[in-house]
Amino acid sequence: MRSRAAEGARRSASGAGSGREEEEEEEAAVMMAAGPGPRICEGECAVLKRGDVFKAVAVLRRRKIIFEKQWFYLDNAIGHIYGTTFEVTSGGNLQPRREVEETTTETKEAGTDNRNIVDDGKSQKLTHDDIKALKDKGIKGQEIVQQLIENSTTFRDKTEFAQDKYIKKKKKKYEAVITIVKPSTRILSTMYYAREPGKINHLRYDTLAQMLTLGNIRAGNKMIVMETCAGLVLGAVMERMGGYGSIIQMYPGGGPVRAATSCFGFPKLFFNNLHEFPLSKVDSLLSGTFSTEMLPSEFEDNALVEEESNGLIDEKPTSIRETEEESITATAMEVNQTEEQETMDINAEDVEFKDNKEKDNKENVREKQRKQWERRKKLIEAAALLREKNADGLIVASKFHPTPLLLSLLEFVAPSRPFVVYCQYKEPLLECYTKLRERGGVINLKLSETWLRNYQVLPDRSHPKLTMSGGGGYLLSGITVVLDKGKSDFSNLEALKMEEPSSKRCKVQDLQC
Amino acid sequence: MSFIEYGDTIKDGDTAIVFLGHESMFPVKVQHGTVTQTKYGVIRHSMDLIGKKYGSKVTCSKGGWVFILHPTPELWTMNLPHRTQILYSTDISIITMMLELKPGSIVCESGTGSGSLSHALIRTVAPTGHLYTVEFHQQRAEKAREEFREHGVEHLVTVTNQDVCKNGFGVSNIADAVFLDIPSPWEAIGHAKAALKAEGGRICSFSPCIEQVQRTCLAMEEYGFTEINTLEILLRVYNECESAYLLRFRYESCKVMRLPAWLITESVFPWSRVQLHRGLLAALGSTASYSVLACANHFGYTEVK
Repeated sequence: MRSRAAEGARRSASGAGSGREEEEEEEAAVMMAAGPGPRICEGECAVLKRGDVFKAVAVLRRRKIIFEKQWFYLDNAIGHIYGTTFEVTSGGNLQPRREVEETTTETKEAGTDNRNIVDDGKSQKLTHDDIKALKDKGIKGQEIVQQLIENSTTFRDKTEFAQDKYIKKKKKKYEAVITIVKPSTRILSTMYYAREPGKINHLRYDTLAQMLTLGNIRAGNKMIVMETCAGLVLGAVMERMGGYGSIIQMYPGGGPVRAATSCFGFPKLFFNNLHEFPLSKVDSLLSGTFSTEMLPSEFEDNALVEEESNGLIDEKPTSIRETEEESITATAMEVNQTEEQETMDINAEDVEFKDNKEKDNKENVREKQRKQWERRKKLIEAAALLREKNADGLIVASKFHPTPLLLSLLEFVAPSRPFVVYCQYKEPLLECYTKLRERGGVINLKLSETWLRNYQVLPDRSHPKLTMSGGGGYLLSGITVVLDKGKSDFSNLEALKMEEPSSKRCKVQDLQC
Repeated sequence: MSFIEYGDTIKDGDTAIVFLGHESMFPVKVQHGTVTQTKYGVIRHSMDLIGKKYGSKVTCSKGGWVFILHPTPELWTMNLPHRTQILYSTDISIITMMLELKPGSIVCESGTGSGSLSHALIRTVAPTGHLYTVEFHQQRAEKAREEFREHGVEHLVTVTNQDVCKNGFGVSNIADAVFLDIPSPWEAIGHAKAALKAEGGRICSFSPCIEQVQRTCLAMEEYGFTEINTLEILLRVYNECESAYLLRFRYESCKVMRLPAWLITESVFPWSRVQLHRGLLAALGSTASYSVLACANHFGYTEVK
């Protein structure tokens, strides 16, 4: 098996020889045996891309995918290199797009300005029905575009740039091309921000990038991650750690949500050192009253009660039953299989769940007990890791108020380690900032925000595209230091107050009304 | 200590960061028998540093105190000796993500410059990846080698002293990503393609001027790169004192008020390329009047394939 895999790798490396067409299928099969490579494999997670629109899907045979108002099957894509662009043909097949020589139009005729172009709504000679007929005949998008150009009376009078723009616009509409790319933090965070920003608390991808850098995320770390971003932040941290080191995910409610994490398609190995620990147990762990002697069922009940009294949770906690069955990989597949736009809708997955449940109730009970036992074992492990209080960093990105989270979770972090807190709004971070100053044990506190701007760069047509600001969230970062027990918190607070001259204070008060 | 692994205690030969207070710190090489002068007095390495925990408070001879921090690429970026202009962590973070770097990635970089980005790249690709960095200035290349050795990362990086535009990266078909921060990146795009793996990879070029970006984009297209994207990232840091002060004010007045714009301060880094961009953005028209102020902190353009 191993030698076969090695051979596959060698063959693909020296690949592009003759007779490639025939070999392609066989080679693909060999590559699949070699495990996750740069090729699209059945059962893996992939991301579809059309223009700037992304969608994560599971690659499965004979499964209809709907993406950008088109439907197709992924069967033909299996075995191709990630990054291949496909054309959708009639019948929903994907065909690798051959490099087309751009139709270098015979005589480039173009106007200089638009002084004589009048918008009478009659420049296009093809009617709506004509276009529909063309489409129904299954004519290639490329040809439809050509027809549209030929039947546009104003096209020749347009400037060269306007013609370019016209063609681009029509191509986008009629040429059905889809690129299949390998999931990564870059792609998934862009996708989530565009498709479902609410699920990730409007964490923009450049902000996530800052978090990974400010938090010094790298192989070998022991990280604490507290997130309610569908598992996207967890996935980003896992990608940067490459399976080295350990992660303890703190979760509210009945269990961690990892819908986005499973889109990354990480190897199993990456999950070996991924632990989880309920937020509701943090206080008892810190006070030393945490007990692992409880029966699993008791634990669950207690967990629910405690969460409700915790005040942190503003939503009803997900019931334990649901999350229990949530095997890490199964979730994503399930979710991705729902052919609707709501790729990551958790509700959708609940439904499928209940269906399964009724089928095999008896097996479930035994299975459930086994899982509960495993859960408890993992809980003990995670508690032990936290008790060492030597984590290499803390990442928080949640819908909860950051202050109580920080004040308790920082206890588990070693001195001279970075921490980063994300919040959609600035005000909670301001409060968190002062509370941390009062607490002490942190330095280099910084409250920041990034703006991102894309540019269109084309000859003689370069300009900024859009500024995104205010919508990407804020970060509070800092470094832990040895907490000075001798000095009272009070003196710190006093010192802080002393920093501000009273004259300045008046100024703000005046401005207030 | 090493830049790619945390250690608990300070050891002889470590590079540590002396944190004096608000935005004021410097790196120090820990050595038995050495002393370091600070404005709070003397730090004696043998007694005050070696064997202590990273993150400890160290009392200096005059009674003042400092914190000793474990080095990270980000702290290094803020404290390294400049031999060139450097990239700061805001740009570095987006570059790292857009190049899809992770443990095991093979990266090519040019020029090495002061090694600000290099340290961050090494941190991300360790322990199984590698950085091939090319610097045409012999003295700078030497200095970079020396720093990598001191920081315990020399096994993860190869510094080559040659002209990347003429001679390329010295490797072919092995890189997952290429990064360029040179005056004429368009001359190195061909070499970048040769360095990238045959099945593809990602490229990023950093330029301060839009004209450089235009030429680079054309070159990228010519060499068959796709998905070309140009972007810019700005950092805004909210001033600590003012933020805290504002918050207290909020408490005292028992009223929630909107943050007034004048309380928002720009970032900490003064940047000599600023002037250039003021000009540029003004010329760009429509969005400029709004952008100029925001651009006081401009770090250049980043292109990502």
